Amino acid sequence: MAHTPDSDSVHPSPEDDLAVLRRAQSGDFTAFELLVTRLQGRVYRLAFRILGQVQDSEDVVQQTFLSMIEHLDTFRAESAVSTWVLRIATNFALKTLRKKRGLTTIPFNEPEDSLASVPHPDYIARWGQSPELILEQLELQELLKSALTELDERYRVVFVLRDIEGLSTHETAATLGLSESNVKVRLLRARLQLRERLTRALGDSSTQVQPDDRHRHP
Amino acid sequence: MTCEELLQALNAVIDDTSALEIYQEFADHLAGCNPCQIVVDNIRKTIRLYQAGKAYPMPVKFQDRFRQALRARWNAKFPSADS
Repeated sequence: MAHTPDSDSVHPSPEDDLAVLRRAQSGDFTAFELLVTRLQGRVYRLAFRILGQVQDSEDVVQQTFLSMIEHLDTFRAESAVSTWVLRIATNFALKTLRKKRGLTTIPFNEPEDSLASVPHPDYIARWGQSPELILEQLELQELLKSALTELDERYRVVFVLRDIEGLSTHETAATLGLSESNVKVRLLRARLQLRERLTRALGDSSTQVQPDDRHRHP
Repeated sequence: MTCEELLQALNAVIDDTSALEIYQEFADHLAGCNPCQIVVDNIRKTIRLYQAGKAYPMPVKFQDRFRQALRARWNAKFPSADS
């Protein structure tokens, strides 16, 4: 399948995005198109990582930028333009998830997760290969994709926004309607579950050690 | 500090590069606990993998209808800018 070039591999500064947005707000379509070109790749990847499906992800891209046109006047520069657009995209991706489940709301903000119930690491071993070598192997790319897809969506969305897209805890909480403490717990759960899954596939069994929750160091 | 306590503070250890300097307890625990060292290393690598992972580029064939839809909506919102 042909793909668009990755136009946002080197992204301009937030200040430059804002300057271009100001031109768009005054009716300059070329400026708006420039923003679309800069951000469409990130929006598509965000949607694909949450939804795991091409058609749904394309729909989210289109809905996001159409919504951006409608709400251009309301942008108050309280966050970076890219963060604003990623928030819009996340909301559309969540709506898509709800629709697929036949829900009018999705329980992203309930219940409050507790640190006490975070699962403990079980299979503990050093990985046999560096991340750089792992990324060169197609089958391991599939492992990464399936591990993320299998993650509970409440945790997957937080992991995508925080660790992949680089939103702050505050921005992630605002986007998802969660408390910051809940974002932190869900992020920890996501990280631990992904670690467990990947380590079972990538861990060097000769380095395996047993977890021991009782011991105290030093 | 126990492994359990470190587990609950794991985000700080992962996200804040100065955490081990600020919180001596974290550093002391990690220095003497091989399982926790490995878990922290595994998680750091997990995050690096996903940050550097597959780009999932947007399909080219979607681009034309997407841009046409944007142009149509733009012209409706800014009729004077119609081209």
